[in-house]
Amino acid sequence: MDGAWVPLALTLKVAGWATFFNLFLGVGIGYAIARWRFPGRDLVDAALTLPMVMPPTVLGYYLLVLIGSQGPIGAWLLQHFGIRLIFTWQAAVIAATVVSFPLVFKAARAAFETVDPQLEDAARLLGLSEWALFFRVSLPLAWRGILAGLLLSFARALGEFGATLMVAGSIPGKTQTLSIAVYEAVQAGQDDTANFLVAVTSITCIAVLLSAGRLVPGRVVSRA
Amino acid sequence: MIWDVALRKQLRHDGARFDVDVQFRSDASRLVLFGPSGAGKTQTLKMLAGIVRPDSGRVVVAGRVLYDSSAGIFLSPQQRRLAFVFQDYALFPHLTVRQNIAFARPRPGRGWLNPARGAAHLADRVVDRWVESFHLQAVVGQYPHQISGGQRQRTALARALVNEPTALLLDEPFAALDKALRQRLRDELRELQAALDIPLLLITHDDDDVHTLAEEVVHLLAGRVSTEAAQAACVALA
Repeated sequence: MDGAWVPLALTLKVAGWATFFNLFLGVGIGYAIARWRFPGRDLVDAALTLPMVMPPTVLGYYLLVLIGSQGPIGAWLLQHFGIRLIFTWQAAVIAATVVSFPLVFKAARAAFETVDPQLEDAARLLGLSEWALFFRVSLPLAWRGILAGLLLSFARALGEFGATLMVAGSIPGKTQTLSIAVYEAVQAGQDDTANFLVAVTSITCIAVLLSAGRLVPGRVVSRA
Repeated sequence: MIWDVALRKQLRHDGARFDVDVQFRSDASRLVLFGPSGAGKTQTLKMLAGIVRPDSGRVVVAGRVLYDSSAGIFLSPQQRRLAFVFQDYALFPHLTVRQNIAFARPRPGRGWLNPARGAAHLADRVVDRWVESFHLQAVVGQYPHQISGGQRQRTALARALVNEPTALLLDEPFAALDKALRQRLRDELRELQAALDIPLLLITHDDDDVHTLAEEVVHLLAGRVSTEAAQAACVALA
């Protein structure tokens, strides 16, 4: 049963890094899509939302094709840096990032779209650069929705199974995350371990969802 | 010449086309753009301020060329140094009255952070002076949704004026206020303009604004300056 802490720690590490990357990717791209009008915007939006609806194993296969040692990115990394991504915890981070990205991206886009563009114009007229107004007006008014999206993506990353198994495998102590460890425990008939892992996973997810729920509704600062 | 403005832009909204083609020159320190809603007043003001980009034209305010399409000059809103008061004031809802007023004050090395919330952390004489002259001492720590319409307008004015702009532009500044309050604030604005000696341009569809504030009126109708409407107004006044 002591062994349960190893997959838990690994899962938190993987989900933590995935959420960290999504903070920048989701917020940046969400802001860009919310503010820029360009042809094909809906198509880009759809493509970026795809990981939310595609089977994780299909995503995992795409990732395998890209970052496997034969794939364009994988071959480049191997040739120039001697890095093999497949079957490492870093590959699990990539899988979790891709799978949970749309949750941050969608939330950030929606949150930025509720910020009155007139407030950004007001900041421009007061002399603020685009970067300054992003940090002083847009982000402070949108952070609540973004944070809710980040928590959801963290929960999603915690439970990631299919894509992670495809690119990182199930190496105990190295790439075996909670959800994969549960599967393996059930397959091996270790009911005690499975029960414990399931309880830990459930409690973690409930805690995350409760925090997210507190941030989403109401308490939106009214426009004055 | 204080105002030398020629602006052209083709606007599209839900498939409908609307052409703005506005030209006026004036030496009035209090100029009012007057016209019904849909005449293109707000678009004209936004083009003047640089937050909407015209197709072509020229904007010179108090001798400064802000825009000249033939010379390829387009100053960004940040560079124009114009005070702009939006119709609903566009105060930052996440900042207090004092933070709103101090918003544009230079703070070396901290350009990506908002001014601190506690007044004690921020000794800025300029901000203090504006807070006092607009009688906002009692509400400096409050948020925009907690104060009255008149206080919001004063906050918006103070925020816009704090860095000594070259001109003051106002978009229907009294439309969001109670009728009883309007006349008092019109008088206040008139006194303020005289005290600061700053060129003022105001857009409105309210006759009373014109009577109290206009030194000269430009009539707008369907995206153009209308001399007929101006003549009709003169006849009506006579």
